[in-house]
Amino acid sequence: MRAPLSWLQDFAPIEADVDALVDALDDLGLIVEGVERVGTGLDQVVVSRVLEISPIAGADRIRRVVVDPGGEPVEIVCGAFNFDVDDLVPLATVGTVLPNGMEIGRRRLRGVTSNGMLCSGRELGLSDDGEGLLVLTGTDGAAPGVPLAEALGIRPDVVFDLTVEGNRPDAWCMAGVARDLAARFKLPFALPEVELEAAGPPVETLASAVVEAPGLCPRLTVRVLDSVVVGPSPRWMARRLVLAGMRPINNVVDASNYVMLELGQPTHPYDLDRLGAPGLLVRRAHPGEVVRTLDGVDRVLGVPGRGLGETGEDCVICDADGQPVGIGGIFGGASSEIAETTTRVLLETAAFDPMAIARTSKRLALRTEASARFERGVDPFGIDRAAERVCQLVVASAPGARVAAGVLDVRGDLPSPVRITLGAHQVNRLLGTELSASEVAELLGPIGFRCTPAGGDRIVVVVPTNRPDVRPEPHGVADLAEEVARLYGYSRIERRRPTWATPGGLSTYQAERRRVREVLVGLGADEVWTSSLVDERDEDRLGVRIPPVRITNPMAADQAALRRTQMGGLLRALAWNRDRRQGDLRLFEVGVVFWPPDPSQPPTRAGSEGGAGVHLPVERELVSAVFAADGDDAAVALSALHALAEELRVADLRLRPQADGAALPGLHPSRSAVVRSGRDGPVVGTVGELDPAVVAEFGAASGRVGWLELDLRTFLHRDLVSRRPEVARPVSRYPSADVDVALSVDDAIPADLVADALRGAGGELLESVTLFDVFRGPGVGPGRRSLAFRLRFCAADRTLTDAEVGELRARCVAAAEDEVGASLR
Amino acid sequence: MAGSGASDPNRTLGDLDALAAAAARTIEQASTTAELERAETATLGRRSPLAEARRALGSLDPEARREAGRRLNDLWSSLEALVARSRAELARQERVAALVADRLDLTEVVLATVRSPLRRGHRHLVSTTRDALEDVFVAMGFQVAEGPEAETDWYNFEALNIPPAHPARGMYDSFYLEVGEPETVVLRTHTSPVQIRLMEAAVAADSIPIHAVIPGRCYRRDTADASHLPVFHQVEGLVVDEGITFADLAGTIETFTTAYFGPKVHARLRPSYFPFTEPSAEYDITCTLCLGAGCRTCSGTGWLELGGCGMVDPAVFAAVGIDPEVWSGFAFGFGIDRCAQMRHQVADMRSLLESDVRFLRQF
Repeated sequence: MRAPLSWLQDFAPIEADVDALVDALDDLGLIVEGVERVGTGLDQVVVSRVLEISPIAGADRIRRVVVDPGGEPVEIVCGAFNFDVDDLVPLATVGTVLPNGMEIGRRRLRGVTSNGMLCSGRELGLSDDGEGLLVLTGTDGAAPGVPLAEALGIRPDVVFDLTVEGNRPDAWCMAGVARDLAARFKLPFALPEVELEAAGPPVETLASAVVEAPGLCPRLTVRVLDSVVVGPSPRWMARRLVLAGMRPINNVVDASNYVMLELGQPTHPYDLDRLGAPGLLVRRAHPGEVVRTLDGVDRVLGVPGRGLGETGEDCVICDADGQPVGIGGIFGGASSEIAETTTRVLLETAAFDPMAIARTSKRLALRTEASARFERGVDPFGIDRAAERVCQLVVASAPGARVAAGVLDVRGDLPSPVRITLGAHQVNRLLGTELSASEVAELLGPIGFRCTPAGGDRIVVVVPTNRPDVRPEPHGVADLAEEVARLYGYSRIERRRPTWATPGGLSTYQAERRRVREVLVGLGADEVWTSSLVDERDEDRLGVRIPPVRITNPMAADQAALRRTQMGGLLRALAWNRDRRQGDLRLFEVGVVFWPPDPSQPPTRAGSEGGAGVHLPVERELVSAVFAADGDDAAVALSALHALAEELRVADLRLRPQADGAALPGLHPSRSAVVRSGRDGPVVGTVGELDPAVVAEFGAASGRVGWLELDLRTFLHRDLVSRRPEVARPVSRYPSADVDVALSVDDAIPADLVADALRGAGGELLESVTLFDVFRGPGVGPGRRSLAFRLRFCAADRTLTDAEVGELRARCVAAAEDEVGASLR
Repeated sequence: MAGSGASDPNRTLGDLDALAAAAARTIEQASTTAELERAETATLGRRSPLAEARRALGSLDPEARREAGRRLNDLWSSLEALVARSRAELARQERVAALVADRLDLTEVVLATVRSPLRRGHRHLVSTTRDALEDVFVAMGFQVAEGPEAETDWYNFEALNIPPAHPARGMYDSFYLEVGEPETVVLRTHTSPVQIRLMEAAVAADSIPIHAVIPGRCYRRDTADASHLPVFHQVEGLVVDEGITFADLAGTIETFTTAYFGPKVHARLRPSYFPFTEPSAEYDITCTLCLGAGCRTCSGTGWLELGGCGMVDPAVFAAVGIDPEVWSGFAFGFGIDRCAQMRHQVADMRSLLESDVRFLRQF
């Protein structure tokens, strides 16, 4: 909202300097987005009469103009062509600094001296018109030598651009802003006096008012004016509207807009003679009813839209015959608009149900100055003053106009004023202040909350009807506390650091998730963050087979689904960097992927009624990594898995290739494996390599790309995945002995099962089993390979003898032969 | 001479069937794509018997020519389809064979031979910022809580005192999911639904007080620009305890501001509106660029807007069943990405989402 200071001063003698006002407004919760100084820089601009216009040789875009600024004639070079001899135009004399900062100097152009500048409205900061000069011919009070500001009645002013929060409908007008400022500066505040002479015939004889939908329109008033002459508004009013950001239209429409800006109450004027039948009828729209609004668009009403709470109820304003002439509280109709020919005006001033306005406005995507105010809540008892004020302004601008006697006033259930018994202790309990009841009353009184002592530290507060945001008790106590805090000043409230006995901390999961990141960073991987909103076709191309969770209202087709995997984002990230010739690309992301809801899980509460609830999508938190540096492959990804397991003490992870080669989306079928906890434990993730076809399709890399993904909620879950005990084991003081065994084993037997067999047989004396060589080829036989293990034996209490080691070795080999069909080479 | 050679229509048609059958056998016998190429040339190429037969059609009388021509075309296209099918199948087989030949049993990788990198990677700026903020709050005695990113209308809006069609919903332009009834499931527009979950759980377990911060990913239908992303990160705080006041809130905001941004950065609170807090405030911090002197970044005010906060609204307490006569509380929230942007002077927030390592490796 744009609020000119001069307008605010109508209500209170506000005199503080601009910086102090900005601080006060901010501190009152009326956020100052900008401050504009207008009407300055005009001190040395005078009205002048054009005496002579002549061309300049060799120039066709500029002319020599001689003007009379009320003294000696002055020679000017001018590039505008929208005036003639004898016109009155503004002259900025030499030395003037215009509002836009331009300094006027004496210049010589094509042999002609320019002793000043003739100005356009834009150059003077008075209008947007920069096409030609601001021609003043015909303006009252304009004569050569008269200062321009005086001729136009312009005083320097300051316009505050304010944002008013949704809970402050009362402050969304000049009077409301002034009321808050007056309270802050302890100044008297008064609304404009309205004295109306109702000289016309009784309003009942001219129009009718009927409300069939009092739920949607709890109050409707109708006033009528006749003998109205429609024409331009008085200059002061037009100027204020322009400063406030509205376009002047005619004296009737402008009066309505002016009052909306001044008091916050929208009103709507109709041409009474263009209504099908004189009067208004307010009803619910019939299902599918079409109303053509002022902007010429046909609006379909009465049809419920999507979403919760949508009833499809719309309020239409009709003429007395029930023909729609507008959408109540939102937009007028084209058929009964005020025109130059209008002589009789019907003025509708009403209150509408805020929620109904909000629903209709949202569904029709039709937000107007009026709807924005009604949906926040307009004072149903401010209607009378607003209607009278419009009538007063119309009469003032159209001498001879008469106001019909009386008001048609249809009232439904109007809220009665909220009364709250408030204890100062309740305020202090929320704010941490130590205010007394009388101090609270002194803060609330000036903004219209009537407070009377109620014994002890209590007062009874009557909430003004322009404050629909203040709820009844008990919640209203908090609302009043906010008002107290606001007027007291948030900055004056003490700052206290609360303390409590319980320590802060991360959960084990959260702490370990951080360690996962650190391990990957230590392995040379950069952490990325890719969007959760993806193109589902990208993931289909990876072979993801679970259906996606789709977005009802996506912003773009390639962001219309929730990601089911992080692989797509990582592939795109690789491609992005590869395209920019970046190397050493190892990337990882920790994030959530979404799978369709699982009906076997308990539903989640969906709305206030409770009901059956809804099954939310399944969210899985994953760490996913791609290894695409030179020479990276599945083995690198595997070593990353080992590093993670080592860091987190995760014991006994097992790798199992998928029997069905295509089961792992996007992965190389014979260089990838699922990762399980133990031989039969839960799957915790996948490791291996990306399918070369997928890598090529995304342009992600030229060579192999290693892949690792872990479901963190499983991987880090101590009940699902076992950890190495955190109990210290003594280290042997005696030397260990290494023996190597090369075993020929069938290709179908994973090497870890061979190691298991060796370990089982070696028992406590077997300190470690390390695979150090794999060989396929001559001498091993088809379908088999040689696995070379180094067995390290060590005892805690002695040095093992050669004989003992030899026996242990034999026992291990025998176990491998028995359990996995190995044969010693 | 009647009944002889190519001019006998019946014979020509009979020949065609035989030729086609032979051609199909040749194609089907191809077991590699290279063999298939040769089979295609042999059966459908310019010198193939069928091509010869097509050329011979010209010598038939018009009636016979039409019939034989149609027949030949049918056979021709079915053979072409056969070639295409065989080619796709062979390509698939060859791809599978190549992948199988490329086999690596991950259980027999000799880890000692895997190259270990000397380069250290980098954490994402948003993720380190989140950790740093968590650490500040943990040191102040907060737990860190998390919750789902897809939420029901109840948790994201209604329990937070934002009923359906409430104008305040305009502040949070939401993505709705195709789950359940229309517009019942949203991508959370803030991490506040976790506040509701925390309070519900604490009521159920009779374990109030609550001192928690809630970091996480949020979504709003905002067009991406230098200072907005439709997918962004937020951290919120919630304290519910006995005797908690607005003064505690103001002190908490000031403490974490100074702790995270440094001793020269302070906070100020201004009245604002949020449906879920009352009184509500927005808070600004000293401009991190000019330290309050006034510059272009802060539009000369010396302050930068950081987040919103307030005392938990009694309607929210009512929704979760907390007695506001016994307990009071405050909540606050702000953008993690925005924090990172302010502290590190990131000109365009979109660079956080681009995964460009030239950006990421600076942090």
